[in-house]
Amino acid sequence: MRTVTIDKNAFRRFVDEIIKRQRVIGVCAKGDRFDFEQLESADQLRLDYDVTLQPPKKYFLPPVETLLTFEVGDGYKSVYDDTPFVLLGVHPYDMVALNQLDTLFTQDNYDTHYMKRRHNATIVACDVVSPSKNVFASSMGTATVKDGFDVLLTDIGNAFVMESGSKKGDRFIAKAQGAVDSSEKDLQARQKIQAENEKRLNNHKLKCEASYLPKLLERAYDHPVWEEKAKTCFSCGSCNLVCPTCYCFNVQDDVNWDFISGKRQRAWDGCLLDGFTKVAGEHEFRKKRADRFRHRLYRKCKYVPEKISSQIMSCVGCGRCVGACLPDIANPVKVYNRLVDDLGIK
Amino acid sequence: MCERCAVEKDIYLPRLATLEKKRLMNPTEMYLRLSIDDNEPFDFIPGQFVEVSIAGVGEAPITISSSPTQKGYFELVIRRTGNVTNAVHRMRIGDKIGIRGPLGKGTYPVEEAKGKNVVFICGGIGLVPQRSFINYVLDNRADYKELAVLLGTKCLSQRFFHSELDVWSHRNDIRFMETIDQTDDCWLGNVGVVTTLIPKIEKELESALVFICGPPVMYKFVLMALQEAEVPKERIFLNLERKMKCGVGKCGHCQINNYYACIDGPVFRYSDLRIAPEAI
Repeated sequence: MRTVTIDKNAFRRFVDEIIKRQRVIGVCAKGDRFDFEQLESADQLRLDYDVTLQPPKKYFLPPVETLLTFEVGDGYKSVYDDTPFVLLGVHPYDMVALNQLDTLFTQDNYDTHYMKRRHNATIVACDVVSPSKNVFASSMGTATVKDGFDVLLTDIGNAFVMESGSKKGDRFIAKAQGAVDSSEKDLQARQKIQAENEKRLNNHKLKCEASYLPKLLERAYDHPVWEEKAKTCFSCGSCNLVCPTCYCFNVQDDVNWDFISGKRQRAWDGCLLDGFTKVAGEHEFRKKRADRFRHRLYRKCKYVPEKISSQIMSCVGCGRCVGACLPDIANPVKVYNRLVDDLGIK
Repeated sequence: MCERCAVEKDIYLPRLATLEKKRLMNPTEMYLRLSIDDNEPFDFIPGQFVEVSIAGVGEAPITISSSPTQKGYFELVIRRTGNVTNAVHRMRIGDKIGIRGPLGKGTYPVEEAKGKNVVFICGGIGLVPQRSFINYVLDNRADYKELAVLLGTKCLSQRFFHSELDVWSHRNDIRFMETIDQTDDCWLGNVGVVTTLIPKIEKELESALVFICGPPVMYKFVLMALQEAEVPKERIFLNLERKMKCGVGKCGHCQINNYYACIDGPVFRYSDLRIAPEAI
């Protein structure tokens, strides 16, 4: 695995070269905010962004995707999306989220639809330059990332340090004209930036170690905070929608106008929405808003980490839900800190 | 393409099955006999379910009602209540139905129950999934000790499997008791909820494995009655129904705290549910 340094102008030319050959998705400005979009030129790319409106998961688990096509009475056929693409500018916390989704979609049963897209992607992660207003990745241990990416970029001022994390990354770097093996000085500059990020991406400070959260939640099931917070919850599911690790989905059939052929699609769903657990006979297992509110925060820092035996929580500290929540109750740090205050650390 | 994607099957792709027989058992329950079209094996353990798929309508999780000792076909009993189940009711003999499965790792403890008493407590349509293991026990009768089946039905018009229940009530190797919630002039048997029958099987409950399946409200009261009868939680099994949308542990709809009903269940040991307050 190589680590190279590339001058910013050379990097721009390099990106333009890739755009000519392949679909490239990168971070662009959208008004005064940012989002992932298909690039037409390297000039659109903004690697100094704070946070994207949507996490990059939509390129692997699209909001709506076709799983199968069918003809009534004549069986089903799998449908796959096979276009290779480059995903440019994934922040470390989002990379950690993608690593978790990889585990979740391969564990127990292998999801070929997700994994095909995953294998078609070359992911270029990048260390954070401008921390967003609500980021708390340092609290969650996700301010930097060590694996999962194909290439990791770090802005060291006038140049980028590019580290390869896979064979695909090696091939990617090999194509970069003007890249030279990183000097000791460049590596030290990068080390300094990463060490700083480990501390400074922390605009909401968690009062305990993130790895302690599953234990804390074990004692918090009947705590009044769930009712208190959920009192003003609109059950709108915005927190689910913007979360990089939310992956619940619904499956629906769509019949074409000929009434013979059609497709089976999966679409994002949210555990905060009313009716998420409703079954035949009108039985609903999480009818109360407080139960659904609690479920999300348990899923992030207890159920999912325990399911994949991960020391890193499923809340990666991107802070998107904090900004998306209209009644301002979604901030996980506020809830967890309240529990630490009331229940203590044992 | 990656190597694993090339060999792994699409977990969302149904196989086709042919509807061989169907019969309306009461105003809402349809009995269906299906056989898989392809030659791939279809081996299941009692308690496993399938996703029944109707093209253009959708999928619904249904537990297999027949015993795996019956080869070459399998049986489902489906209550019409939503889009998919109503569409199933409209199917005709010879029609193709999509099937995914068998699914679920939490099955009836077929091996563990050997040499022990087995007691089934069913509420209404809860008989359907239990029937798979009941018939399995009857087909391997020597492997199991006392067998008791308790069935509670809401009203006489919802009673089903009449001839099969009639056979059970006349066999010597099965203690079958049933009750109807509401009195009916045409009914000469027990009247009351299913818990009223539990004190009558004191002998069978001794060192027995107990299996419960019924509407959500029933579990609470049956568990209270079993606690009174001092049946330990390790020997009680619950068949939990949730919205198993994908059936393969991904979509999140059937989650019960730490568990997924579709892969960890649908049959759970009661003592394992201590950490899952959402279960009951």
